[in-house]
Amino acid sequence: MQDPKQDFLESNSSLDLGDVLLASGKGVVAFVVLLVSVMLMVWFERKVVSRLQNRIGPNIAGPFGLLQTLADGTKLFFKEDIIPTRSDRFVFQLAPYLSLVPAFLTFAVVPIAGDFSSGDGRVEMFGRQTFIQVADVPIGILFFLGMSSLGIYGIMLAGWSSGSKYPLLGSVRASAQAISYEAALGLSLAAVLLVSESLRTTDIVARQAGEGFFGIVPNWNVLVTGVIPFVVFLIAGTAELNRPPFDLVEAEQELVGGFHTEYSSIRFALFFLAEFMNTVTMGAIIVTLFFGGPSGPNFGILPGWLWGFVWFFSKLIVLLFTFVWFRGTLPRLRYDQLMNLGWKILIPVSLAWLLILGGIRVAQQPDAINLTSSAQANTYIVLGIAGVIFCFCTLLLLAAVSTARRERLKTEGLVAVPMEVE
Amino acid sequence: MVSVVVFAIAATVVLGGAVGVIFSKNPVRAALSLIASFFGVAVLFVIQEAHFLAFVQVVVYAGAVVVLFLFVIMLLGVDKTEDLEVEPLAGQRSAGVLLGLCVLGLVLGGLFLSGPGFGEDAGTKTEGAVALTGQQTQSGRPVRFDESLLEEGERPPADVEGLAADLFGRNVLAFEATALLLTIATVGAVVLVRNKGAEGIEIDEPGTATR
Repeated sequence: MQDPKQDFLESNSSLDLGDVLLASGKGVVAFVVLLVSVMLMVWFERKVVSRLQNRIGPNIAGPFGLLQTLADGTKLFFKEDIIPTRSDRFVFQLAPYLSLVPAFLTFAVVPIAGDFSSGDGRVEMFGRQTFIQVADVPIGILFFLGMSSLGIYGIMLAGWSSGSKYPLLGSVRASAQAISYEAALGLSLAAVLLVSESLRTTDIVARQAGEGFFGIVPNWNVLVTGVIPFVVFLIAGTAELNRPPFDLVEAEQELVGGFHTEYSSIRFALFFLAEFMNTVTMGAIIVTLFFGGPSGPNFGILPGWLWGFVWFFSKLIVLLFTFVWFRGTLPRLRYDQLMNLGWKILIPVSLAWLLILGGIRVAQQPDAINLTSSAQANTYIVLGIAGVIFCFCTLLLLAAVSTARRERLKTEGLVAVPMEVE
Repeated sequence: MVSVVVFAIAATVVLGGAVGVIFSKNPVRAALSLIASFFGVAVLFVIQEAHFLAFVQVVVYAGAVVVLFLFVIMLLGVDKTEDLEVEPLAGQRSAGVLLGLCVLGLVLGGLFLSGPGFGEDAGTKTEGAVALTGQQTQSGRPVRFDESLLEEGERPPADVEGLAADLFGRNVLAFEATALLLTIATVGAVVLVRNKGAEGIEIDEPGTATR
C-alpha cells in the first residue's frame, strides 16, 4: 500500500506551470489596472469637486488635465523624505505598506468582467476555464472583511510611530471609527449573503444575473434585500474609508493633517494611493454585492465577457461619483454624532432587517413550521409578528437611550432636578 | 511540493512571530509580531483547505483583538521600553517557563503517543475536524475531495456549509449559551466601568454647554 502521507502531499501538488503563469499574470494585470484606475480616480474626484464648487479644476497637464496625478506623483518622488527623530523608525517605515497592501489585496476577489447572463461567467484563457478575477476563493466576501480590518493597522501604527500628538489623536480616532462601523458593515453584508446563499463573489453575481420583478427590473440585491442593507452598507463603507463626511481622522482644523502629518515624500504618496485604492475597491465591492457586478444584458457586437466589463465599469463610475458627491455636499460629522449614528442607528437597523429577512425566508420554506396552509399567508403572519417585535424593540432602545442620557445629565448636575422647597 | 513550500514559509512566520512576541522590548512591536504569527496560522489553515477558519482567524484575532491591544497600549501610554529586569510578580518568570514546558510536553506527548498520526488509524479524525477543513474521510484518513466525482459544473462542497450544519444543527445549544455568556460579560463590563458620582469625562453634548 502506498504511504498515505506521501499520497496526500502529492495530491496537493497537482499544479503545473500554466496555472502558476495564469495566476501571476492575473495578479500583475489587476495591479496595473488598479493603479491606473487610482490615477484616474484622483483626477475624477478633483474635477467633480471643482465643478461642484464652481471651479474648473486641473486642466493644464495633458488633455483635460488627465496627467495631473502623474505630475503630482513624480513631484512627490523628488521631495525630501523626512523621518522624525522621535519616531519609531522601523514601524514608521512599515506603516505605509501596511495600509497599501490590504487595499490592493481586496480587489483580488472582485469579478470585473465575464458573461453572467448567458454563460456562467467564465472565459477560456490558455485552455483553462477561469473567472476574470485574481482569485475565486470560496470565502470571497470574508476576505474583503478581513482585509478591511487589517487596513486599520497602517493608519494606527502611522499615527503612533510618528511620536507626535496630532497623528496619535488622528489614528486613535480612525481605529475607534473603523471598529464601530465594521459591525454595521458586516451585518448589512449578512443580508446579501442570506439571499445569495454563498460567500463566493462569483455566486453572488450569478444570482443577480437575469430578470427580476415584471421582467424589466433587474434582479439586483439592492432591491431583493429591500434597499436598507444597501443604505447601511454605503454609509458604513464611507465611514470605513474615512472619507467625508466621516473624515475626522484628518480633520485639518483640529489635527493638522491627521495620522500622516509627519509623513512626506513617497511615504505620504503611498498613504494617498492606499486611500484612493480603497475608495475604488469599496465601490467595486458595492457593485458586486448590490448591483449585480458585471452582469447585464448583452447587445451583441462585442464579445460577451467584454459587455460584462462595460456594465461593471459604468456601475462603478456611478458609485464613485456618489462618493465624490458626498464629499462635495455633506459637512463633517462631530465625533459624538459619528458614534451615535454608528451604534444607535446603523447597527440596530441592520440587525433588525437581517432578522426580518431571515424570518421571511423561514416562512417561505416548504418544510417550515406552518401556521396556515399557504406560504403567502405564512409570510404575512411572519411579517406582522416581526413588525410588532421591531416596533417594541425600537421603543425599548429609545427609552434606554433617553434614560441613560437623563441619568448622566443628572449626575453631572447639568439638568434642573426638582429641588425640595426649603 | 507546493504545499510543503508554503508550509515551510508559513511555519517560519508563525515561529518568528512567536519569538518576536516574547523578545520584543517594545509592547507595540510585540503586538505586531503577534499579528504576523496569527497571519501565518491563517495561511496554515488555508493549506488545509479550511478557508473559513483562516479568515475568521484574520478578522477576529488579527483584525479585532490585536487592534484592541494596540488601542490600550497607545491610550495608556505604556509603550515605553520597560525595565525587563524587574519581575512584577515574584517567581513569575520561572513559573512561566515551567508552564510553557508542560504545555509543550502535553502537545508532543499527544502527538507521539496517540498512535500512527497521519491517517491509517480509523476514527482519529473527528467529524468536527472534517467539518472545519472540508476534507472527506475514507477509512479515517484525510484525503482531498475527489473532484472527478462531481457532476458537470458542480462545485465541491464548501467548508462553510459543513461548519454551519455542525454549529447551528448539532451544537446549537452550546452556541446560544456562548452568545448569552458574551452578552452577560459585556453588560457586566459596562456596569463595572460606570462608577456613578465620580468625576466623569466631559463630553460635548448639544444643549449641555450652558448650565
